Amino acid sequence: MYEKDGEKYFVVDTHMHYWNAAPDNWVEGAEQYAKGWIECFHAYMGLGPPETHWSLEKFYKIDEDTLMKDVFEDGYVDVGIFQPTDLTEWYKEGFNTTEQDAILFEKYPGKFILNTRWDPREGEDGLKTLRHNVERWGCKGVKLYTAEWRQGSRGWKLSDPEAYKYLEACQELGIKNIHAHKGPTIWPLDKDAFDMTDIDHAATDFPGLNFIVEHSGIPRIDDFCYMATQEPNVYAGLSVVVGALMHARPRFFARCMGELLFWVGEDKMTFGADYSIWEPKWQVEGFVDWDYPGEEFSDYPRVTTATKKKILGLNAAKLYDIEVPVEFQLPAEAGAPAAQDAATLVADSGGAKV
Amino acid sequence: MTDAREVLDALDAVRDPELDEPVTSLGFVTSCTMSADGVADVRLRLPTYFCAPNFAWLMVADAYDAVSGVAGVQRAQVVLEDHFASVEINRGVAARAGFVQSFDGLAETELDELRTDFVRKAVLAATDRVCRPLLAAGRTPDELAVLTLGDVPQSQDRERLRARRAELGLPAGDDAPLLVDPLRGEAVGVQALPLHLRRARLTGIGMQANASVCRGMLRERYATVGVGEEEED
Repeated sequence: MYEKDGEKYFVVDTHMHYWNAAPDNWVEGAEQYAKGWIECFHAYMGLGPPETHWSLEKFYKIDEDTLMKDVFEDGYVDVGIFQPTDLTEWYKEGFNTTEQDAILFEKYPGKFILNTRWDPREGEDGLKTLRHNVERWGCKGVKLYTAEWRQGSRGWKLSDPEAYKYLEACQELGIKNIHAHKGPTIWPLDKDAFDMTDIDHAATDFPGLNFIVEHSGIPRIDDFCYMATQEPNVYAGLSVVVGALMHARPRFFARCMGELLFWVGEDKMTFGADYSIWEPKWQVEGFVDWDYPGEEFSDYPRVTTATKKKILGLNAAKLYDIEVPVEFQLPAEAGAPAAQDAATLVADSGGAKV
Repeated sequence: MTDAREVLDALDAVRDPELDEPVTSLGFVTSCTMSADGVADVRLRLPTYFCAPNFAWLMVADAYDAVSGVAGVQRAQVVLEDHFASVEINRGVAARAGFVQSFDGLAETELDELRTDFVRKAVLAATDRVCRPLLAAGRTPDELAVLTLGDVPQSQDRERLRARRAELGLPAGDDAPLLVDPLRGEAVGVQALPLHLRRARLTGIGMQANASVCRGMLRERYATVGVGEEEED
């Protein structure tokens, strides 16, 4: 929890990792990809405040004590949601598997929510693993990385018939939350790899599932916003948005936040620190202090204390049925969102305000 | 004799199709040299090892064409460095092979459609750059609906909007409406205009935020300043 000026904030980091990208975990023959991947992540860290930067050596592999201190002791996080990214073609034991996360999940009851993952290219075996993981750990969410390389394939789409089988299995198994993330390479390579049309289709066809689009679709934040206004079950995951922009590019951060608040709305935005790309401490402190930097932002929805409470934790708590102590909850009348109903905007464009 | 300056000037016309900015000002040009016997050598770099190979291809291929077209250049060598698909891209562009052939089995079509999609976004983003100051100065959306390109004061942003529209074959003359649908080129009616402007702004912000992150990542990745690199505005 975080407290400032008498206000108490319940904090859920909806997007965190516990990875091993050290050279001794690199797959022989794929070293350049394993190295390229983690160096890219490390460059992202460079967009945070200088005093929070780590050496690449520290960044390769995070130890348990450091994670617990950074996230819970110093970082104000009440509950952290683990999001796995396997990448077993590049990392011998995987980059960040469900099993790896489960070590901490089991050791510290109540601190973590353990999400798992699936990949439609794994067919029946993958479905079995998914069922097994849900039975074993009670997973309520999955992280999907559509750009993962697998046996010569450079990626997949949520709208693939094979993926629909997995989405059906999710419904059946009680998985509610689908965290989707696009990466840069996908088949076929001639199309825009970040295109989100497949998420749009899946969200329409599976209205009972929530689709949290991580990094709010960056670098396709425009396509994402436009989709999110039309799909009531699409959410904006703010991981990377806060980490990469709030410190490095405050004015763009303000513009992105303004657009997200307008198109998506404060009830459908969730904070994610993306540990250990960035530590949560500076992000939580900065976000609570944040407001639009000047008059030129006056036509964006206002940001209130209630807005921040929802985004930092209350929205995620709803998605994952996390019990929130009463002192962190909002009074009933504070629930009205600041954003206008953007769905109306699309249906009735003539009535929209500029 | 042609010197490296002329080659660099030619590279100014090569844009990152996704960010709609020149590869020079973005800092993507590591070096640009010209030998006495007319070989132009250009080294390119990108913000990450995994930047999308399709956009990378377009930049390398466009750079190759631009440099080859400079008077006095006998041979152009354009090399993308430090990228997971460097080998395929460099080899394919130098051999003037297509994208599909160079990424055998991984691509279905050439990249014209991808490029067109992003020029459309560039039209929207440029529309925002032109319209936002007008709105800030008190013009109403209804007033914008009846303006032509020629009615707007001359500016770099207006010419960028005109150029992108011309690339798509959309009306781009002074008598063309200021606001057109980037798909069909029809004037945007008063009813649809507020949403159109909102979308234009959103697209512009998305593109600029994207460019910001790319510049930040490039700075983290390389300690050196690119040839022709400029600070973002």
